[in-house]
Amino acid sequence: MGSRKLRIVVMLACLAALALLPFVAEKFYVQLFTKMLIMGIFAMSLDLLIGYAGLVSFGHAAYFGVAGYVLALISPQYAAASLWTTLPVAMGVSALLALVIGALVLRTSGIYFIMVTLAFSQMLFYLFHDTKIAGGTDGIYVYVRPAADILGWKPFDLENVAHLYLVVLALFAGVFVLLRTMLGSLFGRVIEGIRINEHRMRSLGYPTFRYKLACFVISGALAGLAGYLAAIQFGFVNPDMLGWHVSGLVMMMVILGGMGTLIGPAVGAMAMMLLELALQSLPEFGGVNFGKHWQLFMGSFIVLVALLLPYGLIGLLRARGQAGGGNGHG
Amino acid sequence: MSFETFLIQLLNGVQYGLLLFLVASGLTLVFGIMGVINLAHGSFYMIGAYLAWSLSERLGNLWAAIAVGVVLAVLLGMLLEWLLIKKLYARDHLYQVLLTYGLILVFEELRSVIWGDDVHGVQVPSMLAASIPLTETLSYPVVRLWISVVCLVLAVGMYLLIQRTRIGMMIRAGASNREMIQSLGINIQLLYRIVFALGIALAAFAGMISAPVSSVFPGMGNQVLIICFVVVVIGGIGSVKGAMVAAILIGLVDTFGKVLHVELGGVKLLPELAGMTVYLLMAVVLVWRPVGIFGRRL
Repeated sequence: MGSRKLRIVVMLACLAALALLPFVAEKFYVQLFTKMLIMGIFAMSLDLLIGYAGLVSFGHAAYFGVAGYVLALISPQYAAASLWTTLPVAMGVSALLALVIGALVLRTSGIYFIMVTLAFSQMLFYLFHDTKIAGGTDGIYVYVRPAADILGWKPFDLENVAHLYLVVLALFAGVFVLLRTMLGSLFGRVIEGIRINEHRMRSLGYPTFRYKLACFVISGALAGLAGYLAAIQFGFVNPDMLGWHVSGLVMMMVILGGMGTLIGPAVGAMAMMLLELALQSLPEFGGVNFGKHWQLFMGSFIVLVALLLPYGLIGLLRARGQAGGGNGHG
Repeated sequence: MSFETFLIQLLNGVQYGLLLFLVASGLTLVFGIMGVINLAHGSFYMIGAYLAWSLSERLGNLWAAIAVGVVLAVLLGMLLEWLLIKKLYARDHLYQVLLTYGLILVFEELRSVIWGDDVHGVQVPSMLAASIPLTETLSYPVVRLWISVVCLVLAVGMYLLIQRTRIGMMIRAGASNREMIQSLGINIQLLYRIVFALGIALAAFAGMISAPVSSVFPGMGNQVLIICFVVVVIGGIGSVKGAMVAAILIGLVDTFGKVLHVELGGVKLLPELAGMTVYLLMAVVLVWRPVGIFGRRL
């Protein structure tokens, strides 16, 4: 298993390189990478469902957005809330929501599952969009970012761009290690077993429904972490955060990177953010402002990926590695 | 609530339900027969409405616009099936979701490029512009009745087509065993193309006939799509009968949910929450019968 050690070394090197970024790059790039890493956490949380448990959730934005809303709603308007209380509350609400929705949607499977997860997340979207409970369509601002003080000691300041980036990077690495460990454990084996053959796992005595629900809740809580961080970064939440465009975008990140690989979706998230940025700066041509209508190209790109790249970028690399007689690890 | 208002709401609810049925039946047919989930189905509702608006401006009347629009929708459906959808038959639902989600973005943005982002209205044709008086102050517009009747006629027509004709028999056979019907010498590729185009045309047609009573606006397709998902989930995937029952149910629940807050207006009942009622209904059905009222276990 030399390749395993090699992979760990490569990942640690990447992590170290990323940690150096705020010391060398301009503020714009630090913020861009913060956003990419946040979406990376979000994409990894969905990969747990799609890639490992085989549950195609098309409503993952719900847990992402709700955590952001929780932060905005429980923060005092002109003072800082505490990171140490708001973060667990926000993730807890996302997890609870995932528990309730999961208990309903996991009664179905296949195509029903896709439709029902989408319908429930849209229900939340309309709840925040049509009612005045949280600023309606305009959304609400998080004027002051949560403070990280512990008994008067301030380990970091989230108002500082570099600090926020490093915190997000640490959380990203933490989520990755957590998921890897979890998936390597018996729990992860059972989850994968359920994806491949649920009947067999049930006849082996595993309560498959509970396993799937646990998976759904963990995934929801991690999506909540990403949503909480996104609300901190942008200082603002609105209903679009839980809309289906976000659900579609994150699903695209998972597939573009390569589902069921964990690191693939994180890479996919980065690739999608860069692509979005590139498309938005397209010039005007023939009287049509392509930068404004960038979704046209994004849509076409998604169609092409669905047709031509089912295993994502990682799949492409592996295929190449195998064609060249590579080490062929699974 | 007086009897007349009740009657008006009842008719409105049924009309909305029947319209939903037209869109949802296409969705459920395409899934039931071809095994494809089409998220872009709602986009065709929107395209239909925009076609009705722009063609009726150009051609001067809605009838001609609908005729031309339906032909365009069928052609678009066939083209799409030939270009993209047919590649999805053997693929996992995940890729069907992804590809058709990409199509939504493409259609929504093309709409923005071609027709802009404004809200438009379509004039009610003079033939249907009258109202039926119910009391001195209340009346019911003929155009809404006309929509209900057209939807009902189409529903009956669809039933006859599927249950009583040769092509309907082939469609039903194709739904249960694709390889078998192919080896019997029936061109399944063509059959699927027809079913897909039919589904698209139904959605677009629903958009066209509803254009005079509801405005034409960006994002209208997505709103309808989500409600149609609820309809299909409640009715049972692949069941046209289920789609009919669920669509009427949703139409009534949604319409009365919105009126009842006026009735209970004094008793602060968060009127906006009326929009949640249909989802609550879906949650109840999921607990009671996860495969929908008329669904078979997959």
